[in-house]
Amino acid sequence: MIQSDKKLPDLPPPRRSDGAFGWIRANLFSSVTNTLLTLLAVYLLYIGLVPLIQWAFIDASWVGETRDDCAVGGACWVFIKTRLNQFVYGFYPEELYWRVNWVFILFGVLITLLIAEKTPYKKWIVIFTLTVFPIITFYLVYGGAFGLEVVETHKWGGLMLTLILAVVGIVAALPFGILLALGRRSTMPVIKTFCTLFIEIWRGVPLITVLFMASVMLPLFIPEEIVFDKLVRALIGIVMFQSAYMAEVVRGGLQAIPKGQYEAASALGLSYWKMMGLIILPQALKLMIPGIVNTFIALFKDTSLVLVIGLLDLLAIVQAGLADAKWAGYSVEGYVFVGLVFWVFCFGMSRYSQALEKKLDTGHKS
Amino acid sequence: MSNEVQQNLMAISDEIMVEMRSVNKWYGEFHVLKDINITVRRGERIVLCGPSGSGKSTTIRCINRLEEHQTGDIIVAGTPLTNDLKNIEVIRREVGMVFQHFNLFPHLTVLENCCLAPVWVRKMPKKEAEEIAMNYLKRVKIPDQALKYPGQLSGGQQQRVAIARSLCMNPEVMLFDEPTSALDPEMIKEVLDTMIELAEDGMTMLCVTHEMGFAKTVANRVVFMDGGQIIEENCPHEFFNNPQSERTQLFLSQILQH
Amino acid sequence: MPSKKKDLAKGRTAFWNDPEKRSMLYQIIMLVILIICGAYIISNTLHNLDSRGIKTGFDFLWSEAGFGINQSLIEYDESHSYGRTFFVGLLNTILVASLGILLATILGFTIGIARLSNNWLIAKISAVYIETFRNIPLLLQIFFWYFAVLRPLPRPKQSIELFDVFFLNNRGLAMPAPNILEGFGWVLLVFALSLIVVIGVKRWAKNRQDTTGKGFPIISVSLAIMLGLPALTYLFVGSPIDWEVPTLRGFNYRGGITVIPELLALLLALSVYTAAFIAEIVRSGILSINKGQTEASFALGLSRPKMLKLVIIPQAMRVIIPPLTSQFLNLVKNSSLATAIGYPDLVSVFAGTTLNQTGQAIEVIAMTMAVYLTLSLLISLFMNWYNKRIALVER
Repeated sequence: MIQSDKKLPDLPPPRRSDGAFGWIRANLFSSVTNTLLTLLAVYLLYIGLVPLIQWAFIDASWVGETRDDCAVGGACWVFIKTRLNQFVYGFYPEELYWRVNWVFILFGVLITLLIAEKTPYKKWIVIFTLTVFPIITFYLVYGGAFGLEVVETHKWGGLMLTLILAVVGIVAALPFGILLALGRRSTMPVIKTFCTLFIEIWRGVPLITVLFMASVMLPLFIPEEIVFDKLVRALIGIVMFQSAYMAEVVRGGLQAIPKGQYEAASALGLSYWKMMGLIILPQALKLMIPGIVNTFIALFKDTSLVLVIGLLDLLAIVQAGLADAKWAGYSVEGYVFVGLVFWVFCFGMSRYSQALEKKLDTGHKS
Repeated sequence: MSNEVQQNLMAISDEIMVEMRSVNKWYGEFHVLKDINITVRRGERIVLCGPSGSGKSTTIRCINRLEEHQTGDIIVAGTPLTNDLKNIEVIRREVGMVFQHFNLFPHLTVLENCCLAPVWVRKMPKKEAEEIAMNYLKRVKIPDQALKYPGQLSGGQQQRVAIARSLCMNPEVMLFDEPTSALDPEMIKEVLDTMIELAEDGMTMLCVTHEMGFAKTVANRVVFMDGGQIIEENCPHEFFNNPQSERTQLFLSQILQH
Repeated sequence: MPSKKKDLAKGRTAFWNDPEKRSMLYQIIMLVILIICGAYIISNTLHNLDSRGIKTGFDFLWSEAGFGINQSLIEYDESHSYGRTFFVGLLNTILVASLGILLATILGFTIGIARLSNNWLIAKISAVYIETFRNIPLLLQIFFWYFAVLRPLPRPKQSIELFDVFFLNNRGLAMPAPNILEGFGWVLLVFALSLIVVIGVKRWAKNRQDTTGKGFPIISVSLAIMLGLPALTYLFVGSPIDWEVPTLRGFNYRGGITVIPELLALLLALSVYTAAFIAEIVRSGILSINKGQTEASFALGLSRPKMLKLVIIPQAMRVIIPPLTSQFLNLVKNSSLATAIGYPDLVSVFAGTTLNQTGQAIEVIAMTMAVYLTLSLLISLFMNWYNKRIALVER
């Protein structure tokens, strides 16, 4: 027997389950415990956020030159404003800021092009970013060629130094990481043992000891005549440390490539390096991007450790500014500023890597 | 085979086990179940079929509150299904369910899977629960796998464990949500045989399945759903040989072609 | 027959096309390069040390350190040896790391679970916590707690008082110290006995459930026995602990225990930072459990708490524990940031002051790294063992 042969109409859902009121009831007051939790949270937010907003915005001082321009009780953003140049460029000569600015602009453009989905010639942009761009950056920032005046590295500092440390660290660590990962997967015992040991040792110790090592032990390892710059020593330490982490990311990416790809490549008669370079790595690198971004975030935060060996990165230069008697007592403002800068970079990158992971995830299923 | 099975099936009593009256359900703004009316008596075997997305699974998942319906009444073994947690617990105790993907607990052995609910819900002594579990495992013909983990079994064996696990609670009604859809062809038969035996023992069953052979031999009613509503409901003989609605005819012609 | 085939396969190839010989060659080249590099570094180092007049070896460990350390768990003063500074630092690292692990775990699990709460506000607040604290450098957070919160606190005379026994000031947190008096042995004895009783009760309860099916509120009863009996004994023998409350004398508090602000700042920052990562691990561990498991539990009639206890948590813990262990390891490594605010941990005391005073860079850095490496090794051994033990049996 037929119950109903006609298509029944789609009816709207009954009122009680939707609308703002329904939502509030379901998400905030669904039970006694929930109601209590909501009230507690609202109370905590009230006692926390209200004074914070009061301090950071309402009572804050924005204009002026010295600490006398700052009102008591509110945040003194004047401190940040007057020191902003130093926080960004360190002690880089003011008349040469344009050189750093060009690097910033170029870097921004390249990153935008790389993140955008439909950029043409993306492969070439990647190659440009990894090879030509570092050279341009070096000559622009350091100088010493094309009639550009040399700016010694001890004048570098602030956000600029933080970015240089992090970007150089990650870019230089990538090739080492790939080699180490391939070595660790190799069947040759000597190479496998060496790579495994190298990776595990660096991953097992804190970055701070690596930095200490780079700054006090490295000069002992090389002939006396050669003197490494403090920045270069820090970079060597960071790259060694980072390449071990990078190797593990690469290894993860290589493991995600199905065995059939290796077999198909070998069956086509490709040699080991051709198989890796043409078939496996291009696929694996794509899968690795989220992992690389995540290690980059970790490194970006870790660059702040260079202050223990006397480099003036963003955090260190703010810390130094706080020691200035003219601005003593405004540490909270300083830390909030640095925290905000780091947070914006790290949060943005982590969102990007999450979005990418989601995309890769669905790409694989279909 | 068909006649033999039909002869073995027991009589149906008048006692109503599951009753759904004008049940409606929405996912957000989307009207998924439209005016569903089903009455199941003790000992009845009902097969729900229909194209994918027609609301078959949602219908039976409403019966044990894995999905919440918004309007209409559902009464299971005399207990009305409301927001009352006590009622929901009572109903879930009396209703067993077998899933498409088995959903065995991978961290427990087969025997522990079977004993979990009797011990923690029915408060049964462990010894007794294990005895009952072994009995049911014998009935689904895998007592020798009792100490293995689900991951060590084939799909068909896992599904039979899932059936045994539900039976250990001694349910009044069994719901089957596409129990053979995730199985390789050679394993489908072993699961269907288990379900036929269960039917012969007089279990009240609601099955969502695409196995039309099973529907023909075991069901005493076939319910055809499309677009979230029940289109046609009939005894298997009439349903397959003399479908009334156009949509039923279309559906049957599509699946019986192969 | 097989041997002949092998001969055939070998005989025809030139040795550079034979994969086995080729890989042997690569490895020999690699070894030679490593040895040459090693020798170069060693000869440079020896030369450099020689020209700076530094003696190699571990003899310096026995000479007098001559510097003070502001927190030590073992007896230490300027007259002790450099070797002892190693242990002082190591113990301080262990102290801050174990307290940090404890706090971070509690905080992280709470926030991770709150992140999944069906209360929208609670879930959002947890999300904001996670996203804020894990995206700000740990060193900055340490500085914040130390320089912006703890150091500007008032001087001891204007201390912030809590319940009249805790005093928070710019010298740290002064709190009462227990002095154990006669009779406390009885409390310990009763505590030990109550542990035995609890084990007995647990056995009995399990047995009862197995035979009769009746449950027993084992956790609350055990807690009552374990805490209640010793507490009663404590009162009965006349409160054998004398709490030494710190008192203000001169410019500082005397008596009691003073937690130095460096430790407080480091502890706060480490736990708050690591908790954000642990919360994410807990959340994704719980979410990784297939929805079918929940549905199957409900279909069997399990209530929500029982489902969590019997089905979700045992499975989620398998997913959570490996990354959790590596977070613990991270916390231990991160505790080395103590250097930046002068908390006397291993790196700060030994790889800092001792290194600077003795100039024995190689020995000191090697010893410091060895400590962290040993720890990593132990933890990864544990992880392998654990992963093998809990791996789900599959075919």
